Amino acid sequence: MAGPNSLYGPLDPAPDAGYVDAPPRMGFFTDTSVCIGCKACEVACKEWNLIPDDGFNLLGQSYDNTGGLTANSWRHVAFIEQPVADRGASTDTPGVFAGLPVGPSVSAHTAVVAAGSSQDQGTDPGIPPAVDALAAAATITAPNGPQFLGMPGSDLPGRTMDAPRSDFRWLMMSNVCKHCTHAACLDVCPTGSLFRTEFGTVVVQEDICNGCGYCIPACPYGVIDQRKDDGRAWKCTMCYDRIGDGMTPACAKACPTESIQYGELDELRARAQHRVEKLHEQGVDSARLYGESPDDGVGGDGAFFLLLDEPEVYGLPPDPIVTTRDLPDMYKRAGLAALAMAATVIASFVGRRG
Amino acid sequence: MRPREEAERPRDDSVSPPPAGRPGSGLARDEAPGGPVRDTARKGRRRGGGRGGDRSMVPPAEFRSYYGRPIVKAAVWHHDIPAYLFTGGLAAGSALLAAGGDATGRPALRRAGRVSALGAVLASTYFLVNDLGRPERFLHMLRVAKPTSPMSMGTWIFSAFGVTAGAAAVAEAAPLLPDRGVLGLARKLLPPVGTAGQYGAAVVAPALATYTAVLLADTATPSWHAAYPELPFVFAGSALASGAGVGLLAAPAGQAGPARRMAVLGAAMELYGAHRVETTKGILSEPYTEGKAGKLLRAGRTLTALGVAGAVLGRRSRVVSALSGLSLLTASLATRFGIFEGGLASARDPKYTVLPQRERLARQAAANGGDGGAKTQQPG
Repeated sequence: MAGPNSLYGPLDPAPDAGYVDAPPRMGFFTDTSVCIGCKACEVACKEWNLIPDDGFNLLGQSYDNTGGLTANSWRHVAFIEQPVADRGASTDTPGVFAGLPVGPSVSAHTAVVAAGSSQDQGTDPGIPPAVDALAAAATITAPNGPQFLGMPGSDLPGRTMDAPRSDFRWLMMSNVCKHCTHAACLDVCPTGSLFRTEFGTVVVQEDICNGCGYCIPACPYGVIDQRKDDGRAWKCTMCYDRIGDGMTPACAKACPTESIQYGELDELRARAQHRVEKLHEQGVDSARLYGESPDDGVGGDGAFFLLLDEPEVYGLPPDPIVTTRDLPDMYKRAGLAALAMAATVIASFVGRRG
Repeated sequence: MRPREEAERPRDDSVSPPPAGRPGSGLARDEAPGGPVRDTARKGRRRGGGRGGDRSMVPPAEFRSYYGRPIVKAAVWHHDIPAYLFTGGLAAGSALLAAGGDATGRPALRRAGRVSALGAVLASTYFLVNDLGRPERFLHMLRVAKPTSPMSMGTWIFSAFGVTAGAAAVAEAAPLLPDRGVLGLARKLLPPVGTAGQYGAAVVAPALATYTAVLLADTATPSWHAAYPELPFVFAGSALASGAGVGLLAAPAGQAGPARRMAVLGAAMELYGAHRVETTKGILSEPYTEGKAGKLLRAGRTLTALGVAGAVLGRRSRVVSALSGLSLLTASLATRFGIFEGGLASARDPKYTVLPQRERLARQAAANGGDGGAKTQQPG
């Protein structure tokens, strides 16, 4: 039941929510270092959960035509093309890619064009256009480089004569609801539609949700979203209807490389720690875990990740903190303001007539 | 989509870069180290529009994002919610005005306060229900009472206020009823019920006016959350000023004295809070000073100042008083929409999510003596 860490800090969420003899907390470990971007997770999720399409858009963001997590996309595979030397560090043969003639990706250029446009996902807010199209660009430093004329590039990497040569790496990551230990969406839900399951996951009861939309700005990861046609909020359930029967969630089941691993959270954390150490041994210094620590701002994620670059590159917040951590303070400030208000009224009415 | 252009103008002392995707935007092919989404273009002039030599002394605010798309999702609330922020505050301010007026023998303030409180409550109810994705399920709000959800708390506060303020307003109709019969009994019973309702509503009113600030602040919307210490004061002041506006509009000069004082004190509270919000939150103050939000908040400030000036200087003129009351009401409306829009703008730009969190990580890393920086400093 409610304890000192109910709003913030390390916690086992299911017992805190009132479950007696809760089963072990279940979770996802998504290892992006072995993701091949096949999107089988997206498809399996859509099929199992009967999720409507998200508009069949072409977004101009590398191979990502989903755009992000929405009410109609509960798994989202991000694609990032980077002109960064990897030097084959993650392969068996370090240096195998060194010196290969690969030019900069054209992805950035198409992204700048695409970023200004909004593609309807059938959800609200869905995937809005970038406020600053240039922020979508990759590579913006040469003071005297060729002028970008607003046309998407059509050259293959390495074919542009005036482009300096570089190595190239392609990051892929299957994003999903984090099933936070301290889930802001659940905390702020005014109807009790969002609830904590016995597995420590967070699920929306669609027969209760009245579409107030409060969960949407509350989520520090921008996961939960509202369907335009039915007005309710939807997100990943970690296949609550499968895991209760001891089955694996659809996305993890479909993943051909075991980039998405499902299991008891404690075991996944140990496995992830082992994996990141192994990658560091192999020279992949950029490997880091994201969301695995129970000491982070949301008390640890039920679905955490191994990333190869900074979180924000994948569209994740670098240091999310559950907003309800400050809720007691907020109520205190509101109480002070309310007292000030009452005092103001009394002061206005007391005293001389006029 | 080029809202940044406008935003950039005041800071830019040299060449304003053309928008991306246009000739001369200087988006060059190059192999910058780092991700595809490294943004050096905003504050820094490193990009220089391809003209060379145009380098600012200000270090660029550099951050990366996923194709410039927002990280947190902006609230899906439409204009109903900022409109409710106004009508809810107006209801609270009016109820307090009515209670004060009744307690000190100023019937005009009592009557105007009670009636406008009920009107504002009815409008609020419409806005709140209309904004739901499933309006027919509005009663689901009353399934639970949940302290971690300001919206749940607010629903109960609003319900309690609605019942009491409604009773107070209905009681105003008592003198219109006949003397005899069932209605005559109602005529006798209504005034004490109305008085009880009026004071009940006045007790709930400060909570009604301030919980909405918690409602906005208890989100991941960067500029709303950062403003949580001051936002309740902005909303409380705004509610007082709008309640005072009703008093100035409705009451004859002889009874409007408290409304004038309430206008001055409320406006002072609102302006102080808004000033803090707009100046002390670092980069998260920016959305409140730019674009639509900036215009609305500036308009709100000007109208508040005009309203206060009119309330103080025009105490003998019924017309000037009424105009200043109207000015205060409009100011409150503009302020609520401004705060609302500022938050939305902060959610739509990943800059406001990434940079403050990066700063926090850097501070923690510095506090830990440089270790723990792996997360912040490791290049990709």
